[in-house]
Amino acid sequence: MSRQALSTPELRKPAPISGRSRSGLAIMLIGAALLAATMLLGSHIGEYYYLATYTILQFVVLGTAWNILGGYGGYVNFGTAGFFAIGCYTTIVLNKMFPMPLFFEMLIAAATAGVVGFGTGYLTLRLRGVFFSIATLALAIVLQTLIVNWSFVGGARGVYVIRPAISGFFVSYVQFLVVLMVGLAIFAVAVAWAVEKSWIGIGLAAIRDDEAAAETSGVPSLRLKLIATTMSGALMGMAGAPFPYYVTYVDPATAFSLAIAVNAIAMPLVGGTATWWGPVVGAILLGSAQQILTVTISSAANLFIVGVLLVVFVTVAPRGVVGIVRGWKRGRK
Amino acid sequence: MEFSWDLVINAIVTGVVLGGFYASVAIGVTIAFGMLDIVNIAHPAFMIAGAYLAFWGSEKFGFNPFVSMAVFAPCGYLFGRAFYRAYHFFFERRGDESIQGLAFFFGILFIVEIGVVLIFGVDYRSISEPYLESTIGIGFVSVPWRMLVPFLVGLTMLGSINLYLSRTFTGRTILAVSQDVEALRLIGANPIHAKEVAFGIAVATAIIAGVLLIIIQPVEPSITREYIGRAFAICVLGGIASIPGTLVASLILGVAEALTTTFYGPSWSPAVSFGLLLLTLIFRPAGIFGR
Amino acid sequence: MIAKILEATGVTKRFDGFAALTSVDLTLLKGERVGLIGPNGSGKSTFVNCLTGILAPDDGSIIFDGNDITKTPAWLRARRGLARTYQIPRPFRGMTVQENIEVPLRFAVGHTSAGTISEAAQVILDQVGLGEKADLSPKGLTQVELRKLELGRALAAQPKVLIADEVMAGLSESEVDEILALLNRLNAEGISILLIEHIMRAVMLFAQRIVVIVAGSKIADGLPDEVMQQEDVERAYLGE
Repeated sequence: MSRQALSTPELRKPAPISGRSRSGLAIMLIGAALLAATMLLGSHIGEYYYLATYTILQFVVLGTAWNILGGYGGYVNFGTAGFFAIGCYTTIVLNKMFPMPLFFEMLIAAATAGVVGFGTGYLTLRLRGVFFSIATLALAIVLQTLIVNWSFVGGARGVYVIRPAISGFFVSYVQFLVVLMVGLAIFAVAVAWAVEKSWIGIGLAAIRDDEAAAETSGVPSLRLKLIATTMSGALMGMAGAPFPYYVTYVDPATAFSLAIAVNAIAMPLVGGTATWWGPVVGAILLGSAQQILTVTISSAANLFIVGVLLVVFVTVAPRGVVGIVRGWKRGRK
Repeated sequence: MEFSWDLVINAIVTGVVLGGFYASVAIGVTIAFGMLDIVNIAHPAFMIAGAYLAFWGSEKFGFNPFVSMAVFAPCGYLFGRAFYRAYHFFFERRGDESIQGLAFFFGILFIVEIGVVLIFGVDYRSISEPYLESTIGIGFVSVPWRMLVPFLVGLTMLGSINLYLSRTFTGRTILAVSQDVEALRLIGANPIHAKEVAFGIAVATAIIAGVLLIIIQPVEPSITREYIGRAFAICVLGGIASIPGTLVASLILGVAEALTTTFYGPSWSPAVSFGLLLLTLIFRPAGIFGR
Repeated sequence: MIAKILEATGVTKRFDGFAALTSVDLTLLKGERVGLIGPNGSGKSTFVNCLTGILAPDDGSIIFDGNDITKTPAWLRARRGLARTYQIPRPFRGMTVQENIEVPLRFAVGHTSAGTISEAAQVILDQVGLGEKADLSPKGLTQVELRKLELGRALAAQPKVLIADEVMAGLSESEVDEILALLNRLNAEGISILLIEHIMRAVMLFAQRIVVIVAGSKIADGLPDEVMQQEDVERAYLGE
C-alpha cells in the first residue's frame, strides 16, 4: 500500500508557488488513503504485513528527519540510532514511572531527543562539519554505555514492555501502531516540506553550498543549523517512542543498532537529498527491499545490500533516484 | 572496587601498554584525517579486516602473527592506494567530499563489518601462541606478552612512520600536502601521488593494528565501533596531524580507560574515549598540542 | 567633518604563531572610495576576513556605523550593511543565479514576500549585467560572470560599505572599465567602497585614498599619487 507514494505523478516536482499547495495536498491525500486502507483492511491482513509496514514507515520518519539536517544543511549525523534510542528509552522510563498514553510519551520523547540534539549541536556546530559528524557517532556510544549501565531500564540484558489494552476502535494493538506511524510519517514529511519551502530551507541550502558565503549574505548559520538539528533529533526521538510497544522487548543492541544509523543515511542518499520526497522514495524502496530480502535470504545479507547500495549511489548517482528521474525527464525533452 | 595504590599503579602500567597499541590504531587516522583531510571513518573496519585476515592465515596456513603482518600489511598498502584512487576519482576530484564522501566511508565501514559477519559469523575468534600467554612481572606489576608485543610493535610503527615522513622526499611531500598544495606543485611534487602513498600506508597500519588486536583479545565484528571513537578521540586530542601528539594522546586514553576499568568496571570503558572526544571537541578542538 | 563609517584599530591576527596581521588601522569615511593594495600574501584577505567576521582577530577593534562590531557574527555584520565579495568566487552552486541574489535579499535585507524578492533580484541582475543569465546554474558562468555574481550578491545586501576583494582579476581592460563604472555608480548612490585590487590602473582611477599593507603591517595611507611615490611602497612593489 505504501507504493502509492511512488507512482503519484503530482509529487514529482513541486513548482515554487502553484505546486506549493499541491504538494501539501498530495501529502494529505496519500496519508488519508493510507489511514483508510489500514482501518478498512484491518482484519483482512496478516500481522506480518502490519509489521513490515510499520518498519517502512519508521524509516520514512527517520530518513526524513535525517535529511532535514543532512540533506538540506549538509551536516551528516551518524548518531540517528542514538536519538532513536532516546525515544525508546523515554517511553520505557515513563512507562515504568508514570504510565500515560503513548501520544504524550511521544511528545516527551521528542522534547528529550530535541534537547539532546540542540545540546550536541550547540557544542560542536561551530567547528568544521566533520567534527559534528564524529561527535554524533560519539554521542550514540556514550548514550549506549549509559543505558547498558542503567539497571532501571534493564541494562545490557534489556527490558520487556507490556502493550496497553486497546480500545474497540482498532482490531489489534499492532494496527493501532501502524495507524500511529502513518500519522507520524505524514507529520514528519509535512515538517520537512515546510522547512524546505521556508526561509529555513533556503538558508540551509546556502549553508550546504558555502557556509562562509552564506554568513556574508546575512544567513545566521549557527541558528539555522541548531533549528535543524533540534527538529531532526526530535523527529528521530518520536520515531523511537512507539518502538518498545512494537517489539515488546528492547535491549541496547537493538535500540542503538548500527543498522538504524546506516538506513537513516542510506535512504535519503539513495532517494535524493535535495527534496522532501527523496527520503520517502528511498525509505520505501530500501525498506521494501529489506523486508523482502529478510524473508527470502537473511537479515545480515539484507544489511549488506543496504551498505552496497549506499556506496554505489553516493559514487555513481550522488543525486539519488530524484536526480536520475530528473535527468531522465530532461533527457526526453 | 576499593581504592589502593597497587591497583592504581597496575592500571597505569596496563594503560600505558594499552596506549601503545592504541597508537597503532590511531596513527592511520592521524595520517588520513589529519594530514590528508580524508575523514576515513572506515579505518577501524580495515583494522577488523586485518584481525580476521590474521585469524584466517593462522587457521588455513598456520601463519603466526608476525608472518600475517608481513604478508597482509603490503596487501593492505596496495589496497589502500587503489582505494584512494577510487575515492579521489569519485569525490575529491568533483569536490563532493562532504556529505557523499562521509556517507561513502560509513557505507564501507558497514559493508566490511557485515561482510565479516557473513563470512566468519558473530562468534568471537582468536589465535593462540604459547609464548603470548606468559607474563613479565616486576614486583607487583605484571604485564602479559600479549599486551607487550602490540605495545612494542605500535611504538616501532610510530617511530618508523615519523622517520619516513621527515626523512624521505615522498614523506615530506605528504607532510606538505596538509599545508599548501599550490606550493607543492611549484616544486614539482605530485600531491595526488603523495596522498595515494600516504593512504596506502594508513591502511597498512590498520591491517597491522588488526593483527595486534587479535593478539590482545578475541575479536568479533562489531568491535569496529568502539575503535572509531578511540581512533578519532586520540587523533583530535593529539592535535589531528601530529605524530608525537598521537602517541601522547594514545597513552592518555589507555591510562584513562585502564583506570576506569579497574575502578568502575569494563562496561564503562567505551564511554571514556567518546567522552574524552566530546570534551576535547567542546573545550579544546585544536587538541592538547594545539595553540 | 565627514563621519567615519568603518574604523578598524590595531587589528592583529596570528596563525600558529605566524603573524598574519600586526596592528593594522584603517578608516573609511561615509561615501569614500579607498584602495587597499599590497603584494600577494601580505595579509589583505586576512584583513578583509577580520573586518567581515569570517575570522576573529586576536586583538584590535572594529567600529562600524557607530557600533563596536568586533565580536559581532558575520551574518549580523552583513545585515547591518557591511557586504563583501570573495576573491575566488563562492557562488551557491546548487542554486540558480537569481536564487543566489535572493539569499541576501531575504536574509540580509529582510524581505519576506517572494514577489518583492524576485523583482529586487532582477533589478540587481540587470545592474550587474547578468539579467539574461538569471535561470542558469553558476556552473555555467564564465569567470567574469562569476565575479559579477559576487558583486551582485554583495549589492543585494543593500550595503553601506562594500568591500570588493579583487573583483577585477583576470578581466580584460574593457571589462575592468565596466566594473569600475558600476562601482562609481554605487559610490554615487552613497555606498562607501573598499577596493582590494592588484590592477594598479584601476586602483589609481578609482581610489580617493590608498592604503598599503606589506607583510601584515600598514606601511602607507594617503593620497594615491603621494603614496605611490613613497620609497618603501615602491620597493615592496617593484622589488629590491
